[in-house]
Amino acid sequence: MSLLELENVTASYGHAEVLHGISFVLDENAAAGILGANGAGKTTTLRAISGMVATTGKITFDGKDITGMRPDQVARLGIAHVPEGRGTISDLTVHDNLKVGAYQRHDRKQIATDIEFCLDLFPNLRERIGSNASALSGGEQQMLAISRAIMAKPRVILLDEASLGLAPSTAQRVYQAIRRLRAESSVSLVVVEQNAMLAFSVVDHAIVLEIGTTSLSGTKAELMGMDAVRRAYLGG
Amino acid sequence: MALFIQLIVEGLATGSIYGALALAIVLVNRATGMINFAQGAMAVLSTFVAFALAQAGVPLLLAFLIAFAFAFLFGAAVERVIIRRFEKGDPDTAVVVTIGLFVLIGGIAAAFFGYEPQQFPSLFPLDSVNILGASVSVRSLGIIIVLVIVMVLLQLLFRTTKLGLAMRSVADNPESSALSGLPVSRLLMIGWGLASLLGAIAGVLVAPQLFVSPGMLDFVLVYALAAAILGGLDSPVGAVVAAWIIGVVENLAGAYVDFIGNDLKIAVPFVVMIIILIVRPQGLFGRKVVVRV
Repeated sequence: MSLLELENVTASYGHAEVLHGISFVLDENAAAGILGANGAGKTTTLRAISGMVATTGKITFDGKDITGMRPDQVARLGIAHVPEGRGTISDLTVHDNLKVGAYQRHDRKQIATDIEFCLDLFPNLRERIGSNASALSGGEQQMLAISRAIMAKPRVILLDEASLGLAPSTAQRVYQAIRRLRAESSVSLVVVEQNAMLAFSVVDHAIVLEIGTTSLSGTKAELMGMDAVRRAYLGG
Repeated sequence: MALFIQLIVEGLATGSIYGALALAIVLVNRATGMINFAQGAMAVLSTFVAFALAQAGVPLLLAFLIAFAFAFLFGAAVERVIIRRFEKGDPDTAVVVTIGLFVLIGGIAAAFFGYEPQQFPSLFPLDSVNILGASVSVRSLGIIIVLVIVMVLLQLLFRTTKLGLAMRSVADNPESSALSGLPVSRLLMIGWGLASLLGAIAGVLVAPQLFVSPGMLDFVLVYALAAAILGGLDSPVGAVVAAWIIGVVENLAGAYVDFIGNDLKIAVPFVVMIIILIVRPQGLFGRKVVVRV
């Protein structure tokens, strides 16, 4: 059964419609990618799912219509969104950021275990556990933002341009951790990326957006075989 | 020496009143980025509630507690009904809205209780105690102690509780907080309620001295704003320390600098504030905002 489903979803900022009817399916325990150039509507698609932008159409999560819900309501249902530009709570320490991630949970022991899991996944954070998030490097902030999402114990993580602004080796480390997360947990992922190679290292299938509409969709192998995708996103 | 100690203690007490209201201003500013000019008027309304209850024969402490509960609910209601619509908009618009509220709430207080200043019962006895040869009023010491307790409780709330963590998180980054499932609007409402409660504490502490009237905190509000700005606007400890500095400087300058005297002393804190802000624009305890690219 599909876990998350978008049917003909549009989204607008004020009067400007930027998504013109996207459909998209994410299965349980799967990872799907949303690729495309700048301004194609990738981020807006995630924002639509999280209720951060005015939408029409229908968004279903686990059989429940979540269209028009507030971001905190969507989050409480089990969708954790790692926004573009990291979105850490900069005045709080790394440890407090992780606790904020676990805000809706009450299983204290398991929370401690999960903090340990995050610190194991991103050893950099262990060294910075008492530092304010604002003092972290860009890569560390990204790791913290992802960890905060993990701490919510979500069923889906929406990951928006996790490689943005990071050195290539740091971006690789971040994606390595995401692959490990996928292997070791049952969480599903929606991965938005401009860097298609990084996205394909995690996802099974993807859609390609072009100015607010779906231009292509397919499995990883299908898409990687297409000339158009290779030329536009994989550097030849 | 005796006079000096007396001036310091009285200055700290006056500063504590400014401090309580400054804490309220800082709390609102941290949560919503606004400066609430109606903070004083809201506090006066709550003080009137305590006054009316005391007049009706309710024991003073109980009257205060009920007034504090009223203040919390009233602050939360103001946020929920009015302020929420302006939180995401232009900050200048929000300022004018809070000034409008200041006039409106003052008017409501006047409509119910009139403009005539009325004597307000004091929680503390009118005795004084001897400290190092100086005669210091119990009321002043009481006010200082109450403010210190309030500050400690606030720190405990913010540093050790889940609610406090959530409030700090929302104040810092409401969008990311919502994405972690924090009920942002409810937390902002609680923040406004808490600020209003702090204002009410300032109100009932100062009312016996100033007499209770709709405009009784206008003057205090100006000093509280100065303290909040001087403290750095986002630092509760900074606001209180700045408020104490203002209270003490005002008192000492009035007593020891001949040409200042009682009339000009009210301006001294502002001269000090302007000089400090020229040297240190972020305030005494404020953080320089560093934009990371």
